[in-house]
Amino acid sequence: MTHPSDTGPAPVLALKGISKSFGAVRALRDVSLELFPGEVHALAGENGAGKSTLIKTLAGVHRPDAGQVLLDGEPVVFHGPGDARDAGIAVIYQEPTLFPDLSIAENIFMGRRPRRALRRIDHKATHDATAALMRRLGVELDPDRPARGLSIADQQIVEIAKALSFDARVLIMDEPTAALTNSEVARLFGVVRALRDQGAAVLFISHRLEEIFEICRRVTTLRDGAWIASEPLDGMTEDDLVRRMVGRDLAELYPKQDVTPGEVALSVRRLTREGVFTDVSFDVRRGEIVGLAGLVGAGRTEVARAVFGVDRWDAGEVEVDGRKLTNGAPSTAMAAGLALVPEDRRAQGLVMDMSIERNIGLTGLGTTVKAGLMDRGAERSRSLDWAVKLRVKYARIADTVNTLSGGNQQKVVLAKWLATGPKVLIVDEPTRGIDVGTKAEVHRLLSQLAADGVAVLMISSDLPEILGMADRVLVMHEGRLTAEIPRTDATEETVMAAATGRVA
Amino acid sequence: MTVTAPDEAPVAEVPKAGATRLVDRVFKMRELAILAVFLVMIAVTQAGNSAFLSEQGVKDLLLNATILVLVATGQALVVITRNVDLSVGSTLGISAFAAGTYLQGGGNPVVAVALAVLVGIGFGLLNGLLVSLGQVPALVVTLGTLYIIRGVDSVWVGSRQITAADLPGGFVDFGSGGLSAVPYLALIALAVLVATAYYLRHFGGGRELYALGSNPEAARLAGIPVRKRILAAYTFCGALAGLAGAMYLARFGNVDSGTGSGYELTVVSAVVVGGVVFTGGSGSVYGAALGALLLTSINSVLPALGVSSVWVLAVNGILLVLAIAVDRIVALRVATALKKRNARHA
Repeated sequence: MTHPSDTGPAPVLALKGISKSFGAVRALRDVSLELFPGEVHALAGENGAGKSTLIKTLAGVHRPDAGQVLLDGEPVVFHGPGDARDAGIAVIYQEPTLFPDLSIAENIFMGRRPRRALRRIDHKATHDATAALMRRLGVELDPDRPARGLSIADQQIVEIAKALSFDARVLIMDEPTAALTNSEVARLFGVVRALRDQGAAVLFISHRLEEIFEICRRVTTLRDGAWIASEPLDGMTEDDLVRRMVGRDLAELYPKQDVTPGEVALSVRRLTREGVFTDVSFDVRRGEIVGLAGLVGAGRTEVARAVFGVDRWDAGEVEVDGRKLTNGAPSTAMAAGLALVPEDRRAQGLVMDMSIERNIGLTGLGTTVKAGLMDRGAERSRSLDWAVKLRVKYARIADTVNTLSGGNQQKVVLAKWLATGPKVLIVDEPTRGIDVGTKAEVHRLLSQLAADGVAVLMISSDLPEILGMADRVLVMHEGRLTAEIPRTDATEETVMAAATGRVA
Repeated sequence: MTVTAPDEAPVAEVPKAGATRLVDRVFKMRELAILAVFLVMIAVTQAGNSAFLSEQGVKDLLLNATILVLVATGQALVVITRNVDLSVGSTLGISAFAAGTYLQGGGNPVVAVALAVLVGIGFGLLNGLLVSLGQVPALVVTLGTLYIIRGVDSVWVGSRQITAADLPGGFVDFGSGGLSAVPYLALIALAVLVATAYYLRHFGGGRELYALGSNPEAARLAGIPVRKRILAAYTFCGALAGLAGAMYLARFGNVDSGTGSGYELTVVSAVVVGGVVFTGGSGSVYGAALGALLLTSINSVLPALGVSSVWVLAVNGILLVLAIAVDRIVALRVATALKKRNARHA
C-alpha cells in the first residue's frame, strides 16, 4: 500500500499488518490502513469482511494478534477503549451505545466530566457544555433528558456530540447513516465536513455507495478479512468499488432464476399494530421472491412477526392460500404452511446448546411421534436429510449448534423451517453476518425454493441483496408501506428514496 | 397505589420539554410515593393508637430501621450495577460474632467496630472478585458465598453464644442510647446514607455505577473500569454489612451462629420496594433507605393496630409485588409518553 502522490501530512493513525483471530475464525489478516488529517477515508467491504473488527482494533476494544497500531508514526498499544479515547479517537458505532437511564449530558461526558473542587462533578458546567454542543449541532435536545426513548437519529447526534466534546483528532463512524433520513444525513455530513476542515481524520463506513463517493477522498477495501486495496476514489465508479468488495460478478452472488408467479399464497390486508405499523397490505404469489426493504426500525420485522402470529395485530387480516389466520397464533400459521426464519438466529432461531439434530427436529415435534413418545429415529433421519440437502458443514449431527459458524447456523435455521414443507417462507435478514460463500448458497437456495413454487418474503437491509434477489420490492418507512417497485425499476436510488420517506 | 400529581406552582423559568418534565416528575415521585405511603401508614396508626408516636415509640421505629437501612444502602449500590449480594446476612452474622468475641476478651469498642467492618470488607472483596473476574451471575456467586460464610461461621461459633452480659456496659448503652428520640445508631446510619448519596450524585465513580448498570457494554466502550467499579460496590456493600454487624451486637447484645440468617431477603425487598430497579442503572439509596424504613415499620404498626404480627410477612410481600407492579406500569407509561412526544417533534 503506497501513496506515491501523497506528499501531504503524515498519517495521524495507521494500522500496519494487523491480524486478529477469534478462535478458528480469522477476522483480519495482515490489514493495513492510513488515516490522514483533513481527509475522510472510506472503509468498504461486505458484511463479515472484517470492518467491525478493524474498527474495534482502532478503538482499543480488541488487541491485534499481530501488527502495529501507529499514532503519529509511533507504535502504541491501547489497553482499552479509554486509552484510545485519550489518544483523541472517537468511535460512533453502528448501534448507539448510550446509557438509557442517564441524562444526555451525562452520556456525553461519561468518564471525563467537568469537575469542581475535591473532584466533584460540576453538574452545571456539564449541562452548559452539552447545551453548547447541541447548539453547535443545530438540534434541540434537552441535556437533562434521559437517553431512554430517543430516536435513532437523536441517539446518533448524542454520539457525535460525544466525539465533538473532546475535539477528537480521529473520528470513526460505523454506518452512521443507516437509520437516518435524508435531511438528517445532510446535517451529519455538514458536521463531518466541518470536522474534516478543522483537521480531523475521519474513517467512514457506509453501505450506501453514493455516500462514500460524496464525502470520502480515499477508500480501503476489505474482503473476507484481507486487505484488498487502498486508493483514491477519484476516477472510480460504483461498479469498480463493488467488484473490489465482492471479488466476483454480482450475478454469481445473486443467482436469481426467472419464474412466472402463480396464484396468491400470502395475502396481507390492512394490517395494523398500533404505534408499530399501519395499514400494511401486500400479496406474495407462489414462485415469487418479494423483497421487503426499509431502514432499521421501519417496522419490517414487526410486520413479519405479526403475520406469523408471534405478536398480535390490532386490525386487518392475513390469509395463506385463502385461509384466514388467527390473530396471535403461530401454531395455526404453521399449520397453514407459513414459516418464519427470524432476524436474530442466535436468540430466536436456535437453541444454541442443543444439537443440530434436535434443533431441526423442533418444528417436527408433532409429526415425529410414535405412540405419544418422540420417535428419535424418525427425528434423526428427518434432520439428517435436511442438513445434507442444505449442505450444512458439521462434524456430527449430534454436535451443538454453537460449534457451527454463523453461516452454517443460518442453514440449520433454514433447514428447521424447510423441513415443515412451507408454502410461504418469510426470511428476516437471511444473510446478515455470514460469509460471502454461504451467502451465495443461501441465495441459490431461496431462488430454488421459489422456482419450486414456494412464496418467499425476504426482509433485508442489504440493498444489493434485495435488488439482486427480489422479483418485487416493497419498501417500508416509519411503519407504512411507501412503495412497491417491480424488479425492472428497482435501483438503490428508488428503494432508498422510498425507505427514507422521500417521494419515490 | 393511586398517584396524583402534586399541584406545583408553575416555575417562572423557561419551560422544559414536556417529556423531560414528565420523566423528571415520575422519578422524583418514586421516592416521594414511598414517603407518602410511610407517612399515611404512621398517621393512620397514630390515629388508632395514640401511644404509638411516644418518644420511646419513635425511638423504637428508628432503631428497628437502622440496621436494615445500613445494609440496604450497600445493597442498593450493588443492585444499581445490575448485580446483587445475597451474602449480606451471613456477613452481618459473622462480623457481629467477631466483634463480640473480641469485646468479650476485654477489647476496645472502637477497635471492635473496625474489626467488624474489616471482616465485612474481606467478604465484600471476595464477592466482588468472584463476580467481576469470574463473569458468573452474581445471584449464583453470592448464593454460594452466603452458604460458605454461614458454614465458616457455624464451624467457628459452634454452639457458643454472646450475650449482653459479656459486653462492656458502655457499648451496650451506646446501642440503645440516643439524643432524646433519635438513637445514636440511627445518626450513624443517616451519616453513611447521606455520604453515599452525595458520592453517587457528585462523583465520577458514583455516576459510573449507574452507567454500567444501565448498559454494561456501553460502559466498557466508554472506558469505564467496569471490574474495578463492581469490586468497589461489593466491597462497600460488605463494609456496611460488617458495620451493621457491629450495630446488631450493640443493639441486641445477643449473637450466635444463626444471627442474620435470611436477612438478605429482607434487604433485597427493602431495596426493591425503595425503587431501585433490579435490572440496574436506576434508583437511589434514599429510596432504598425509605424502603427499609417502610418494611420495618410494618412490624410495629400491625401490633399497634391490634393486627396479629403473623401478617407482617404477607404484608411485606404485598408491598414488594406492588412496588414492582407500579414500576412496570410507570415504565410503560413513560415509554409511551416519550415515544408520542418524539413522534410529535419529528
